[in-house]
Amino acid sequence: MRAPAIARAPEPRTEQIILFRVSGQTFAISSASVQEVRSVDNIAGMAQDLPDSSIRKVRHSIRRGDRSLYIVNAALHFGLRPEPAALVFFLRRTRTALLVDGIEKMTTMSRLQALSHAFQGEERSWYRGLTALDQAVIPVVQPEGFLSLAELTLLESAQLAADTRAIAAETSGADIQ
Amino acid sequence: MTAAPATVVEIMQSFVLLRLGERRFALAASEVAELVAPSRIFRFPHKSPAIEGVILRRGRMIPITDIADRLNGKKLTTRRFFLLATRQCGAQLDWIAIPVSGECELVTSDMMEAGASDSPHVAGWLSHGGEVIEVLRLAVLTPGPADVLTPRGTQKFQEATS
Repeated sequence: MRAPAIARAPEPRTEQIILFRVSGQTFAISSASVQEVRSVDNIAGMAQDLPDSSIRKVRHSIRRGDRSLYIVNAALHFGLRPEPAALVFFLRRTRTALLVDGIEKMTTMSRLQALSHAFQGEERSWYRGLTALDQAVIPVVQPEGFLSLAELTLLESAQLAADTRAIAAETSGADIQ
Repeated sequence: MTAAPATVVEIMQSFVLLRLGERRFALAASEVAELVAPSRIFRFPHKSPAIEGVILRRGRMIPITDIADRLNGKKLTTRRFFLLATRQCGAQLDWIAIPVSGECELVTSDMMEAGASDSPHVAGWLSHGGEVIEVLRLAVLTPGPADVLTPRGTQKFQEATS
């Protein structure tokens, strides 16, 4: 005779997150949203200046495959005082490469609380919500929230201008030779 | 012929009296969850000037807003407690922490409905201990519309965890 199966409470669903620092403030991002982490030194030679960018937090882009990703300074995005960034997060399914100061640790969260309706500003697009870890409150960033559609449109124009300038410089260099 | 006297609607209900600086105000007891000692305030970047940060209470992250600023024209200099109140925002119950400068008191009293000339934050008036006290309308004093959508990322996570 088979013993009756013991009903078990379902395991709480968890999500792997990366805790990262920007100007002394800790944020969390789902590790599934981060495609790649590189050091700033590592990408320095590959970044292209965007002198026509009217978006203060974006000054450079980087070519990945057939498209340009925009390097967003996370400190300027959040209105914090910028400190020298050390790492770049390439965010999956976005056009954002995020400049951050460093990684604190990788961990898991088991609860994400939606932002209270008392929060009424841009933070509603910045954050997926808040999580509590080790008796501290950490905002969990929304990867799509770093660049709005309007900002992307402006950056596309700045990128086009930068590309045109680069092609013109190459052509004039070839003519001289 | 004399005009009929204005109708005065008086409802007997429970209120929490709270002190904000020199003045006392009242909130419907049904909106008040708890009175707690001030605890660590967690701050993170945001663009909602009325929100100072959040506190962590029994796993719940509750934003803090100082309503004394709007009622008395200055922020509280002494905070003895945080009054945790709730507001119904659509289908969601939204919590908010309000710093208060003294003990709170639970009273049962008649409330006189606010008149047309009263400020929008006044829900009514009650008389207690020789004082006439404003009953506050929390939804007017604290930020947050009723129809803000839940961010997409949270919905996904909530669906996955439910």
